[in-house]
Amino acid sequence: MTATDPVLRFESVRKAFGEQVVLDDVSLEVPEHSVTVLIGASGSGKSTLLRCANLLEEIDDGAIWLDGEDVTDPRVDADAVRRRIGVVFQAYNLFPHLNVLDNITLGPRRVHGVRRAEAERRATELLDRLGLAAKAREYPDRLSGGQQQRVALVRAIVSEPRVLLLDEITAALDPELVTEVLSVVRDLKEQGRTMVLATHEMAFARDVADQVCFLADGVILERGTSAQVFGDPQHERTRRFLSRLSDAGRL
Amino acid sequence: MSGAEVSADPVMGRAPYQPSERRLAREAYRRSRTRRSALIAAASTLAVATVLFIVVTGSPGWPVTQKTFLSPHYARAALSPVLHGFVLNLELLAVCGPTILVLGLVIAAARTLRGPVFLPVRLLATAYVDFFRGFPLIILLLLIVFGVPALQLQGVTNDPIILGGTALVINYSAYVAEVYRAGIESVHPSQRAAARSLGLTYTQTMRFVVLPQAIRRVVPALVNDMASLQKDTGLVYIGGAIDAVAAAHIMVAGSFNYTPLVVAGLGFVILTIPMTRYADWLTRRMDRRRAQGGIV
Repeated sequence: MTATDPVLRFESVRKAFGEQVVLDDVSLEVPEHSVTVLIGASGSGKSTLLRCANLLEEIDDGAIWLDGEDVTDPRVDADAVRRRIGVVFQAYNLFPHLNVLDNITLGPRRVHGVRRAEAERRATELLDRLGLAAKAREYPDRLSGGQQQRVALVRAIVSEPRVLLLDEITAALDPELVTEVLSVVRDLKEQGRTMVLATHEMAFARDVADQVCFLADGVILERGTSAQVFGDPQHERTRRFLSRLSDAGRL
Repeated sequence: MSGAEVSADPVMGRAPYQPSERRLAREAYRRSRTRRSALIAAASTLAVATVLFIVVTGSPGWPVTQKTFLSPHYARAALSPVLHGFVLNLELLAVCGPTILVLGLVIAAARTLRGPVFLPVRLLATAYVDFFRGFPLIILLLLIVFGVPALQLQGVTNDPIILGGTALVINYSAYVAEVYRAGIESVHPSQRAAARSLGLTYTQTMRFVVLPQAIRRVVPALVNDMASLQKDTGLVYIGGAIDAVAAAHIMVAGSFNYTPLVVAGLGFVILTIPMTRYADWLTRRMDRRRAQGGIV
């Protein structure tokens, strides 16, 4: 593996639910220390692509490579693959029966074999950086949506994954809270983390993306830098999608 | 990355999908794994069965044991009276089962009532559950089957089947109420908040939002209690009613051959299995309609 090899690579990925083809021949490379943003209407396949990468869905054809290893090979240990990937879901998916600290340290302690004291020190450090140190002993249901989502981000990064998958993580938040979550994502980019995110926050996408992919009907219709896709879209459907958004005042 | 890439149009100018070599190889690999697991399962089952067979039939007392517990002659003779007895077991189950499920739900709902007005109801329901869950069923049966007739009340039945069924209902509804309560409490408070925010009353919230989710979650536990009830219907024999167990017992007393009891026991198993499978199928169907899917 050389330094230029992508961390995550999708190769002609196909996924169908019954008759409905959700991903059709999708190829995409995610270089290290880069942010890839997936945009597109609801149902265009953004979430499915992320779920496939984390092996929450089995792909029908093609392959997904993580650090040069075909993780979609049936011989691969899916748990070992997921250990190297961090995921944040739209609905946070924190465990309601565990407090914030236990939510964050569950993975390190049970999966990575980190000692409790060490895991909690690391978790507290990250929480502190996000201004959540005071909430360490609180239970998720007592936090605001933005706080919960920031905890979920800490939970995803605490084990230093190779790549972070963020699936519309601000879709359930009000604008004020969106800002606090997105500023965390921006910090993660500053730290050089490799990320793939599906989002409807176009201003943020434009700002943070090294690579933008426009998906429609399970196909990557257009791909390029932020300036290319947002500034000079080549495809008719991309133009229509973006102009609809700017009409709605979201761009 | 240089220049935006524009993929081929998805509708026009694209060859119809053909499974790739990779996909075919993966599917072949998965098929071979499935075959291998099936072979291993078959081989290990056969091995265990063989060992069990050799150990059991090779034991020194096997010939006598076989004659006493597994005699084809007595099994055939027991079939008719035992089946006849089963009618009573099934009748008791058919009447007591639904009664228990409804009564248990009422008690559980009473325990969750809020507000000072309902304090006595809540206390009564709690006391009922506390008492009858702890009170041994067999003593309750004896008290009701023999104690109630001893009171010589006008218009109250002396029928041991009805009295025995009543004892079962009293005992089991206390258990089932707790199962329902566990289900009710497992529904996230946000559901209640959402329902009340729509303007639903407390009762409507329970009826349309909380209970449908709660009951769905406790179906396996309820089936468990129903299977247990089905076996306990046999206890009415202490009042003199002839059910499958009693019928078998009568034959055993006459012949000192225990085969009829084995036949009755197997009958209970055969009754329980379809009940469990039906409940499994029902809950799976409900899950399929709601779940997101995925393979973990």
